[in-house]
Amino acid sequence: MQHTLFALVENKPGVLNRVASLFRRRNFNIESLNVGRTESPDVSRMTIVMEGNEVDVSIVEANLYKLVNVIDVQDVTNQPAVTRDLALIKVRAKPEQRSEIANLVSIFRAKIVDVAPETVIVEITGTEDKIESLLELLRPLGIEEMVRTGQVAMMRGTGSGERRVPSAGSNGNGKSALNSPPSASSETAN
Amino acid sequence: MKKTGAEILWECLVREGVEVAFGYPGGAIMPVHDAMLNYPVHHVLTRHEQGAAHMADGYARASGKVGVALATSGPGATNLVTGIATAMMDSSPIVCITGQVPAHLIGGDAFQETDVTGITLPITKHNYLITRADEVAQVVREAFHIARSGRPGPVLIDFCKNAQIEETEFVYPEKIALPGYRPPTHAPVADLEKAVELIEQAERPVILAGHGVLMSGAMKELQMLAVKTQTPVAMTLLGLGAIPASHELSLGMMGMHGEAYANNAIQNADLLIALGMRFDDRVTGNLRTYAPRARKIHVEIDPSEVHKNVKVDVPLIGDLKTVLIDLIPMLDEYEHESWLGQIAEWKQESAERSIMAWPDDGRLYTAHAIRALWEATDGNSIVATGVGQHQMWAAQYYTFEHPYRLITSGGAGTMGFGLPAAIGAWFAHQDKEVWLIDGDGSFQMTQAELSTAVQEGANVKIAIMNNQFLGMVRQWQEFFFDKRYAATPLTGPDFVKIADAHGIPARRITEPDQVFDAIAFAQKTTGPVVLEFRVEKEEAVYPMVPSGADLDDMIRRPVRQ
Repeated sequence: MQHTLFALVENKPGVLNRVASLFRRRNFNIESLNVGRTESPDVSRMTIVMEGNEVDVSIVEANLYKLVNVIDVQDVTNQPAVTRDLALIKVRAKPEQRSEIANLVSIFRAKIVDVAPETVIVEITGTEDKIESLLELLRPLGIEEMVRTGQVAMMRGTGSGERRVPSAGSNGNGKSALNSPPSASSETAN
Repeated sequence: MKKTGAEILWECLVREGVEVAFGYPGGAIMPVHDAMLNYPVHHVLTRHEQGAAHMADGYARASGKVGVALATSGPGATNLVTGIATAMMDSSPIVCITGQVPAHLIGGDAFQETDVTGITLPITKHNYLITRADEVAQVVREAFHIARSGRPGPVLIDFCKNAQIEETEFVYPEKIALPGYRPPTHAPVADLEKAVELIEQAERPVILAGHGVLMSGAMKELQMLAVKTQTPVAMTLLGLGAIPASHELSLGMMGMHGEAYANNAIQNADLLIALGMRFDDRVTGNLRTYAPRARKIHVEIDPSEVHKNVKVDVPLIGDLKTVLIDLIPMLDEYEHESWLGQIAEWKQESAERSIMAWPDDGRLYTAHAIRALWEATDGNSIVATGVGQHQMWAAQYYTFEHPYRLITSGGAGTMGFGLPAAIGAWFAHQDKEVWLIDGDGSFQMTQAELSTAVQEGANVKIAIMNNQFLGMVRQWQEFFFDKRYAATPLTGPDFVKIADAHGIPARRITEPDQVFDAIAFAQKTTGPVVLEFRVEKEEAVYPMVPSGADLDDMIRRPVRQ
């Protein structure tokens, strides 16, 4: 299944390279990776979307902690969290098609942010599902260009996401979820 | 007080306890070598930067301290790469300091500029680029802390020349701020309780002791655990010495060239207690059939090793010694008489097959020469090796009673490691006997360091097991490639003359009855000595688990009539 993790990392040169290099070196398959600033100038935040089971995710988390600059990793999948993706979609649109697009856009609470003689640019923010649905409807008109930021995620309220690595987390309160595979797995899973 | 970046480097190195550094000068590191003359650190000039990295590594493994290697930018730094990768694979704490072109030239392909932090990213525990003098103190402090703590490993500092020359106020940082670096110590109690339960239920347990036992200094705790629960102990190559070879619960080495009884014990066990080892393919063989009836407890400081190769039932993430100190009082005493009896039978069968049981047939076998060395040194020497057949024979027949005595490249399998590592180890323990057991192939890879040994008066005794083959590859060709000996016959130089050219006393040994005399000659002589053993050309290391085969599917030594 798909997992969404976020990692807090020290805001230092080369940290993105270290994370990307780790994924390449360990052959981890990443769906999307987003990096940005946070409330603290010393800390950047990465959101990582990956496909895998519990053990796969725990291995990714454990490897992230091997990087000295990685401070905290939390999995927000199946947790009360807000996840958002932003897309800019350039759609081919003759003047007479603009109102149809405007209708769709308002239903999705998206925006038209540019109008040109042959095209319009639609901006949409939301979950992946929502963006996929709008794309589905715009595709027949002809999509000229698209760019997406990749997911960002934040826990609701004061809770934290799941930490799988013991002693992980800035306050060391991680539970030992590396124990997750049942004992039967030792005979089959490897 | 104002100091240059280069001076601050040495101020910090001295405070980290550095007494010796192994290196090679060059344009981009000249200010560092220049400042060194004012500090009480002995610099060993190697003949190649790879030698410097291996010496630092050998020094670190023998002493438990951090080894230091220095090189200039560009080719100097890239020559360190094999040594850094070797240290990384074996979790050896070294700090490598490389010169770099001035910061304002970076990215412009200046003379001898190479992206060294980029190149070494996947083969270091961490690395740094210093572009300003005021970064030096903090970086060096962090680098040593990272290299030696947690799961140790190599750290590289790429040091721009302008930062070496610039002056800045020197303030030694008392504190380290690494918010993301928190090596685990204690394992959670709930996990310990699960482990206790598995140990209580076990009837055929085996302890797998790895390098982590030595790294954590948990030899005493390992013995307590083994004795209290009457659990036999098999060791990885790098774990040798974790428990004395003569201990009644020792099973010796496991894996591809491990003892047959150790591998049989693992395959028939109902519980494996893995301590500071990482289930490398060389110790597991085929993962699908590995220890099929065993539940597994894995004590490991690096969470990323858990479930990596072998899925385990109870991971105990923490410092091995700390975890064992927590765990042992929770355990009762157990007996496993019938299990130990079964293992004793396997042991007996192995002893009868062993080459050690062969009568003298007038031929010179490496195994016999190594055993003679063991006898002549009371099994007490530090032994460095290259990589190949001689390495496996050294592991099998120089049976180690003490930890930190075998200095060998395990994970990386780096030929040429032996001579520089032996020199490094000698700097750590000038009071101890240091032997290099090498092959003719491995030795020639870093033979140039003989000059370093002479220049430093390193009291390293060099035993070259010359079979005029790249023996381990030849053995694979014999077993798996129809004896087609492609690129393995090796015409060596006259090693006695090579030694002579360096002013090193040397002997050639061609007959079994010359062995003890030659060893005694080496022991009596101060400084480096070369002994060239002209050994049997086509001997194989037994037992052997073919790559990817089941661990108990071993090629055994043919029984001699």
